[in-house]
Formats: sequence, structure tokens, C-alpha cells
Amino acid sequence: MTDPAPRTTEPAPEQAPLPAPTTRPRQDGEGGRVVREILSGNAVISVLAVIVALIIGAILIAVTDPRVGSAAGYFFASPGATVNAIWASVSDAYGALLRGATYDPGARTWQGKLGIFETLTFATPLILAGLSVTLAFRTGLFNIGAQGQIILGATFAGAAGFFLDLPVGLHLVVVILAGALGGALWGGIAGVLKAKTGAHEVIVTIMLNYIAAALVLYLLKNQLKDPNSTNPVSPKMPDNALYPLLLGPNFRLHAGFILAIAAVLAVGWLLNRSTLGFEYRAIGTNPLAARTAGMIVSRGYITVMLIAGALAGLAGTAQVAGTEKSLDAEVAGSIGFDAITVALLGRSTPWGTFFAALLFGAFKAGGTSMAVNADVSIDIVAVVQSLIVLFIAAPPLIRSMFRIRAVRREGASA
Amino acid sequence: MRRAGIAGPAHRRPPAPTPRWVESLKLELKGITKSFGALVANDHIDLVVEPGQIHSLLGENGAGKSTLMNVLYGLHQPTSGEIHVDGSAVAFAGPADAMAVGIGMVHQHFMLVPVFTVAENVALGNESTGRGGILDLDATRRRIREISAQFGFDVDPDALVGELPVGVQQRVEIIKALAREAKVLILDEPTAVLTPQETDELMDIMRQLKANGTSIVFISHKLREVKAVSDKITVIRRGKVVGTADPSAPTTELASMMVGRSVSLTLEKSAAEPGETTFAVTNLTVTNDAGQRVVDDVTFAVSRGEILGIAGVQGNGQTELAEAVLGLRRHVRGSITLGGTELVGRSVREVLDAGVGYVPEDRQDDGLVGGFSIAENLVLDLYKQRPFSRRATLDRAAIAANAAAKVAEFDVRTLSAADPVATLSGGNQQKVVLARELSRPLKLFLASQPTRGVDVGSIEFLHKRIVAERDAGTPVLIVSTELDEVLELSDRIAVLFAGKLMGVVPGKSSRELLGLMMAGLTVDEARAHLDHPDATIEREPA
Repeated sequence: MTDPAPRTTEPAPEQAPLPAPTTRPRQDGEGGRVVREILSGNAVISVLAVIVALIIGAILIAVTDPRVGSAAGYFFASPGATVNAIWASVSDAYGALLRGATYDPGARTWQGKLGIFETLTFATPLILAGLSVTLAFRTGLFNIGAQGQIILGATFAGAAGFFLDLPVGLHLVVVILAGALGGALWGGIAGVLKAKTGAHEVIVTIMLNYIAAALVLYLLKNQLKDPNSTNPVSPKMPDNALYPLLLGPNFRLHAGFILAIAAVLAVGWLLNRSTLGFEYRAIGTNPLAARTAGMIVSRGYITVMLIAGALAGLAGTAQVAGTEKSLDAEVAGSIGFDAITVALLGRSTPWGTFFAALLFGAFKAGGTSMAVNADVSIDIVAVVQSLIVLFIAAPPLIRSMFRIRAVRREGASA
Repeated sequence: MRRAGIAGPAHRRPPAPTPRWVESLKLELKGITKSFGALVANDHIDLVVEPGQIHSLLGENGAGKSTLMNVLYGLHQPTSGEIHVDGSAVAFAGPADAMAVGIGMVHQHFMLVPVFTVAENVALGNESTGRGGILDLDATRRRIREISAQFGFDVDPDALVGELPVGVQQRVEIIKALAREAKVLILDEPTAVLTPQETDELMDIMRQLKANGTSIVFISHKLREVKAVSDKITVIRRGKVVGTADPSAPTTELASMMVGRSVSLTLEKSAAEPGETTFAVTNLTVTNDAGQRVVDDVTFAVSRGEILGIAGVQGNGQTELAEAVLGLRRHVRGSITLGGTELVGRSVREVLDAGVGYVPEDRQDDGLVGGFSIAENLVLDLYKQRPFSRRATLDRAAIAANAAAKVAEFDVRTLSAADPVATLSGGNQQKVVLARELSRPLKLFLASQPTRGVDVGSIEFLHKRIVAERDAGTPVLIVSTELDEVLELSDRIAVLFAGKLMGVVPGKSSRELLGLMMAGLTVDEARAHLDHPDATIEREPA
């Protein structure tokens, strides 16, 4: 068909191949589909995921408990003994977890009794970082970088704390703003790279996490090092730069928790009531339609990563100016990664994120009590948390377990 | 036989062998039901395809035609009901079983491997191998030449499929089915991608196949085509057979069977009263990212109170032209002016603010945010304006009030405007897009494929709204690959081919003239050809 065809009376379209239909770059690839699939699950799926994870955790507690093992040795002689041993083992462990996270009447001190405030303390940075992930999610970005943004936020906040000498009140405000700035800077890098070059935010934020971890270690060995210590830790934060304690010196709960609640309200307003949030949600669900409606998708990516980074930076301030009172290389712990689970478990709504963060705070506060009082490895908590991730990340798994029908979006093709 | 556009040089045709007579078979569907969860796509459908008949399956988009054919082809298992071939029940676990009894299918979206040759595609899944498992394509090539000669396809077995025009690719699909001795051929919306001439040729082929003993199930929602070619018509609505008809039945009767109520098929529209020319496209060239000119030096203008239709086979630059107007395209040269304002180089926001109402070709990708509510979608490009927001805060009450008004005005069928727009049918989704775009004062209304995938009843309504916008004095630009739609709506018609403007003709021009222009003749060449069909046209190969 490439022969020079004789002139015919008929047009011969094969001589002038139609221009191939130009395919436009889809801005939401496989990742976007997966995120939407995860978020399409409803609250029931989140609750069921937690319950199933707790049940599997209970099985692990039972099989690793020597009391259950020895009772199972004479299972056929006395099956009741095995059942009792299992029940005792699981109820001891989860009972200790629950009491440790909420209220333990048996403890000798008030701090010991009122574990609920430890739960809130642990939840504070999780709420803030979880909101960071939630906001980015809703805009169609997978912010894996909360970890790095927390580290940068804590570093900036720490530097503002150590190097400045400001009056009460003002110093804390400056520390908070510095933390938000540090996080926004780190988030913004990912946003700008995504918007300008199309670099995938997952890759960029993962790499920025490594850079942040290395950067803080470098600073802790040099500029930010406590001269009186041989370890790479910073000096203590001055009192003016700390969040005030909410319940006196016996409890660690600090005003960062109030800030976190304010952030929940603010993000709720931003997402659901503001024109900016309308753009973010439109971009997150269908960037092509958002673009056609006159929204500037790239600008949305940049601004949302600045805000998300700032939120994670605030989580950093809750650590350095609240719970830890100084900066070390482990300042972010696993908060940045737990935040992803928290956001998923909370189905990327601000209040869902808040309650999921409380649950994870409770795991952390109760986990210690479970290890001490019930002699169950604290790793069980990590296992349960991981199982929650597993079940949430695979909504079809939970659906098939409980025979929940998936909502069909378009109906069957006709 | 006419072989316009598809036939290659005649001297390359091998001598026609004696036609093989295909043994006919009778196909019966008895009480086929297919449900997907709560949705019943097919509800107790009975259908008899007599040997050597062209049996049309007529129904709107979403009526369940394709599902039924996928059941017949073994792609879906019926929930209940039986398929009988020549009187005995059969069960298909997959397409291979269906092919084995002689059922072949040409899908709406071709199932071809573009980087394979025609022969490789035809052999795929049915390869004959020589000694040691080596692929033997010679037998396949011979078979392709035989079939091509018999039906005048003239398809080169060694051509790369990806380089063939769409019409020829469709023939490859038909050859693929015939090479596997298909006795019943299912054609699923085969004319959607063809020019009017190619459509006529396809119908010739269908008649030839029939004469040769092959039964054909022809799926379509286009009444004209169904009437032209069928022996028998079965109408499906909402998954049920609502009746059968003869092709001689009046078009209006078929349409009301299809829709379920009487519809007027001809748009009542007064003559245009064009005012001043406010929208002009001058020497517009759009280059895609690969550097190809997808719109090539196009110039035209639209006046107030006039509808200009842009016709052309899909993929000839219409999409890019519309996107260039809205500011969605990079690499745009030339000029687009609206009321004296240059639009090239402006952002989408600025173009919309200049008074352009835009209905994108693909409403689900570009026009709507599926997870958003109907109310939110109705303000998707208006959310920053009062009364929908003030001081960066959305006014939900105003958005809800707007939604209630638009839902009523455009007759969007929904229980609540708070439902996600994705739960609506295609026609109702399109009403949402049009309602939004027509809900502010416009200086230009630009709609691509305004009624694609929309049921006949809604088409009538949407067309009336578009004409009303024209009568209100707005210049209207309609881009559509459905020639019927362009003919119905337009006061003037511009035809695009390979990105070039073939000419602008009056709205009442003949289908033949437009068809020739859609196949690449300029308006003068096309007119000359219609006047003297045997004259040789001297034109440079593109």
C-alpha cells in the first residue's frame, strides 16, 4: 500500500494516513486508581479492618503464650482448660492495653492511672501528620514524605528554639511558624517537582525522607550539637519555646494537642467549605476535568504540598517543643509512616484522621502497659498496626471476608 | 462494486477463486438473563437468527445489546437461559467455544495487535505450525487472499495493521472471523468509526456475506443504517426485548420502540439569522507533542446567531481544534479571536471568563468529576463567582439552589442533586454539562460531540437547547463525528480531513458531498466529482 498508486477517481485515504489520535497524558495513573479504590471504602471497612487485625493479633498472643501451650498439651483430657487459657491470655493482654491507654484503676500514681492523656500526647503529632497525608491524598498526591517534613519541621523549630531568645509567648509562636516553614519547604520541593517536571511525588518524597534524615544527623553533629553531650543530640529547648503543659507537670500532654484540634477544624474547612479545597478535590478526583474547568492543576499541586508540608512540620514542633523537648535523629520516630496508615484508616477525612490517630496513640500508650503487665511482646502492637494497613490497603479483601458488595460506579457496560 | 477509499491498485488482485459456500446455521437465544449484581443487563431475552439473515439489534446505548452479544460470544456466562445452535443447546466457556461452533465477532473497539501484520493478526490464536512448531503463515496468507478476493477487500496480508486506515482494520477483523469459518458474524456498532462512504461499503459487504450464507447480527443505534440493511429488527430497551419489526417499518415507529415514548426525530429549527461575525479562527495550526501538525492552517469564522458544524471522521483534528480554542493545547500558531480579543496564549480560565461555554468531547474524562455531586459539578467552573462563593468560602445554599433550578430546567433524572454525578446515565450526565455551560451569558458556545452516548430522547432535548442558544444570538460551534447530527444542527458545515479544512458548505449539503470531503477531497474536487463521477481528479498525494 505504499506503492505510488495510480491516480484514481476516488480519494485514497491510505495515501494520507490519518494522524494518530493524540493521547493526552493521564495525570492519574495506576497510583491514582489505587488510592481512589482505597478511599472508596466506607467507615465500615475501616472498623472491620481494625477488628480483624485485633482478632489476628489475639491469635498470635494466644499461640505465643506458654500457658496456652501447656494447657493445649492436655487438650483432649480437658479442652475447657485450653479455652480458658486462651481467654485468660488474650483478655490479660488486651485488657492491659486498654487500661494502659485509657484508665487503669490498679495503678499507684495518677500518671499511671490516667493513660488516656498519654494516648492524647502520642496522638498529637499523628493527627497533624495524618492531616498532611489526608490533604495531599484528597488532591490526588501520595505524600509519603511526611516523615521528612516532620524532621525538617522539628529541625527548623529546634533551631528557632535554641538560637533565639524571645519573650514568653512570642518565642513559641516563632518556633511553631519555623516548624511549619521547614515542613512546607520540604513538601514544597516535591510539589514543585511534580508540577514542573511531572516527577512522581512518591519517589521524590521517599528520597527527600532519606535526605532529611541525613541532614538532621549532620546538623546534630555540627551546628545543632549540644556541646555538653557526646551524642548527636541538641541542647534542651528553652522553656519559653515549649508548648505549655495542659495538666501540670505530672502529665506530658501539651498545648500541641489544642493546635492539632484546631488543625482538624482548619483542614475540614479548607477541604469542604473553601474554594481552594473545591479545586483540590476536583484535581484529586479528575485532573483533566479540573483543567478543562479552568483550574490550574500544577499550581494546585504546589500549594497543597506547601500546606501538607506545613502540617507535617507542625507535627515536628509537637515533638521537639512538646514531648521530647530536644532534637535528636529519632525525633520523627515512625510518625511519618504511621501517619499514612492513620490517613487511610480515617478514609482521608479530617475527623476520621483524628480518630484514627487517637487509636494509634492508644496502641502506643497501651502497648507499654501490655508489655509490662501482661508480659506480651510490644511487637504485637506493631503486628496489629501492620495488619490494619494490610486490610485497609486491600478493601476487596475485607469486602469478600464480610461479603460487602462493592459499589459499582458506572454500572455494567452495555 | 464501489471500493472507494479502501481498494488498492486493481492489478494486484489475484484471480477470484470459486466462492466457498458457507453452511448456514440457526442461532437461538432462549430466555437469556445476565445480571451484574443488582443490575440486570439482559432480562429473559429471546432471539432467533435465521440462517443467512441480517438480523439487527437496535437499542440505545446502555440497553444491553453488547452484553447480550458478549454472552453469545462466550465472554460472559448467562445468569440463566440457553443458547441453541441448529436446535441443540450449547454452552460457551469462552470465545474459543463460540468460534468452534462458527460464531465470529467484530468488536466496536478492534482486537488487533497494531505492530503485527494482517496475516499475523489473523493467525493469532489460530496459528498453524509446521514441523518443530515453527509458525506457518503461508496458509494464513493464502486464506486472506482468498477471502479478500471473494469479497473485494484487497487487504495485503503483509501490511502492518497499525498503518492501515480504520476502515481496512475493520475488514481485517471480518477476515479474522471468516478465516475461522464463522457462520454467524456479530458486528458491534461497526459504523461508529467509518465515513459515510465506508459505511455504504460495509453494508455492501454485509449483503455479500449474506448472499454467501453467513448470518449477521448487526448491532446499532442508528436507525437509518438498520433500516437499510436488515432482514429483521429486534429492539431492546433496558435489557428487555420490546418488539421486533420489519425494515420497512417507519423510522418514527422504530425510534419510539427504542426510547419507549414517541420522539420527534426532526429538529424544528427556524432559518438562521446571522448577525455580526464575532468568532474567527485564522491560519490556526496545532502541533502535537510528537511534532505532527494535527490542525493544519485552518481558517473559518462564526457569526452571532449561527451554528457552524465541524464534520469529519474521528481523529482528523477536531478534538485538537476545540482544545486549542479553550487554551488546553500547547504549540498553537495562528489566531483565534472572540469579539476582537485574541484567545491564543490565554489560560483556560481567561478563555472561560471571556464568555466561552465549552462542552468537551469526553464528558467523563474532561467534563465532570465523577465523585463530585451533581450540584458541585454544576458549578465546576463557576465556583469562584458569586453567589456560589464569597471570601474564598463556598456558599452551599446557593450551590444547592442553583442545582435545584438546573435539574428542573434541564430535566436531569435524579433523586437528589447531592448524589454523585457518576450515578447518572450518560444522557443525564450530558445534561449536567450543558446545563452548567449554558448557565451564564456566553459569547461563544463550543460543543464537541454534544450527544455522544446520549439516548434518543435526550438528544432531542439537547439539540433544542443548542438551537435556543443560537436564537439568543450566540455563535455556536458544534464538533461532531455523527454526520446526522451535524446535518441536523448546522447552518453551515466545515469539514476537516487530516487536520486540514476541506471547505465550508451550506447546512443543507448532501451526504455524498460531505462524505467525499470527509474522505479528503476539497469542496471543489468533491463537487466536480459528483458532477462528473468518471472524470479523473488530479491531486497531489498528501
